[in-house]
Amino acid sequence: MTFLFYLFAALALLGGMGVVVCRNPVSAAFSMILSFLGLAALFIQLDAYLVGTLQILVYAGAIMVLFLFIIMLLDVQAEEKRRFPLATFAGAGAVVTAFVILVVLVLNRGGTAGKVLPALNPSAPGASDTHRIGELLFGTYWLPVQIVGVLLLAATVGVVVLSKKELK
Amino acid sequence: MDWHLLIAAAVKIVVFVFLMTLPLVAMSVWAERRVSAAIQDRVGPNRVGPFGLLQAVADGIKFLLKEDFTPAHVRKTYYWLAPALTMVPSLLTCAVLPFGSQLFGEKMVIADLDVGPLFVFAIASLTVYGIVLAGWASNSKYPFLGGVRSTSQMISYEISLGLSIIPLVMIYGDLNLGRIVFDQAQNGWALLPLWGEGLSLKGFILAIPIFISFIVFTTSMFAETNRLPFDLPECETELVAGYHTEYSSMKFALFFLGEYAAMIIGSGLAVTLFFGGWSLPFGWLTPASPDAEVPFLHGCIHILAFFAKVIGFILFFIVVRWTLPRFRYDQLMRLGWVFFFEIALANVVLTALLLWWLG
Repeated sequence: MTFLFYLFAALALLGGMGVVVCRNPVSAAFSMILSFLGLAALFIQLDAYLVGTLQILVYAGAIMVLFLFIIMLLDVQAEEKRRFPLATFAGAGAVVTAFVILVVLVLNRGGTAGKVLPALNPSAPGASDTHRIGELLFGTYWLPVQIVGVLLLAATVGVVVLSKKELK
Repeated sequence: MDWHLLIAAAVKIVVFVFLMTLPLVAMSVWAERRVSAAIQDRVGPNRVGPFGLLQAVADGIKFLLKEDFTPAHVRKTYYWLAPALTMVPSLLTCAVLPFGSQLFGEKMVIADLDVGPLFVFAIASLTVYGIVLAGWASNSKYPFLGGVRSTSQMISYEISLGLSIIPLVMIYGDLNLGRIVFDQAQNGWALLPLWGEGLSLKGFILAIPIFISFIVFTTSMFAETNRLPFDLPECETELVAGYHTEYSSMKFALFFLGEYAAMIIGSGLAVTLFFGGWSLPFGWLTPASPDAEVPFLHGCIHILAFFAKVIGFILFFIVVRWTLPRFRYDQLMRLGWVFFFEIALANVVLTALLLWWLG
């Protein structure tokens, strides 16, 4: 199934390229969705069904819809005509180089990175990835989950307060 | 490469998706027209074939042969992409629905995933792109308004749709649709716990949150598939024809078919989760264990039972469409965010308390 890995990896990378290269913001958003779909397929190839499905459900299905929604309501034409100065390209090049160096350093660091870990047996009882993630989230890491929940609630309340002008 | 697996999957895809679901789409268009005619005291299409059954074929030929007109002011790439994006996700979700028990020792589900309902929601949430793109690419104001409406509507109801099945998942303790169906076959359907372990005080008490789930799920399903009383994205009194105003011939037909395919998959999921999928009532012809050998005849009966239930659910969809008037847009949003969202959340807590109390 190496062929499928290359196919979906290429899809994810092409999508990522598209986000940067496309002038039309809607095309860029769609490239991003394509990239998410490729990533989700890679997760599923690793037997991480839950993560792959959530990748589609949350990112491609919910967050990108909101992105697209906003982009469509804004004026798209202005962005298409914009010219970029040379400094932008130089900055982008610097970021890409730094990232590549970082990846190489991490892969050469030793430890678990770059090594192939033994595969888990997905058919063993209680070993489906959904089960494991659930146990970790609501067993081992229950406190951080609660804190993140409160944080998100605070953010939601904050958004409601900010968007209601008469409450100020 | 496991050739046996690949060939079995290919056969199942062809048979279930192309030989069963797609004809069912055509038949439900016919049923829609006949039932609506009966409700409005008309005759409906009855000229082509017996009872007008071949009307769908005639319509299909007409759509294919019509001039494929692309208006000059549209954004071409996305205008072409949109109808496909509406149709494909609906058919993709077929992959995880168990449409029968076994035939020739082969499980009657295309992909036996451990995250079945989540997969359906994930893929179904991609349907919105087709509609949004159609609205935006048409580059004219009524389709755009239709697209915007449908986006907000689908995002809103996705939340209550997802939350509404959490009580069920808590009760079954499983996300594999095949095992959920088998559990219902042995211990009573979720909404009809009248045999096996379901026939107990616990079964009856747990039927309460399941019933609430069912109401929220079905209503949200109507909103997700853009059916009346929630068909605001294509509300013809306000928006001409909504997001597909600028479309004609086969591209229009794809939107139309996508809507019906989504309806069939929605019905299939509802049947699987609440009415025991392929199983017959009272544990009749139920195999002893999920992996036990099922006789050929029983396997066929199970497939027929699944489709009988789905067709029943589709008829329910159709009758509701021709019975209820359309909601107003603010009413729709209030219903989704103020009522169903809260009811679904409260239902999760209620189920947790009941499960804790019943042990």
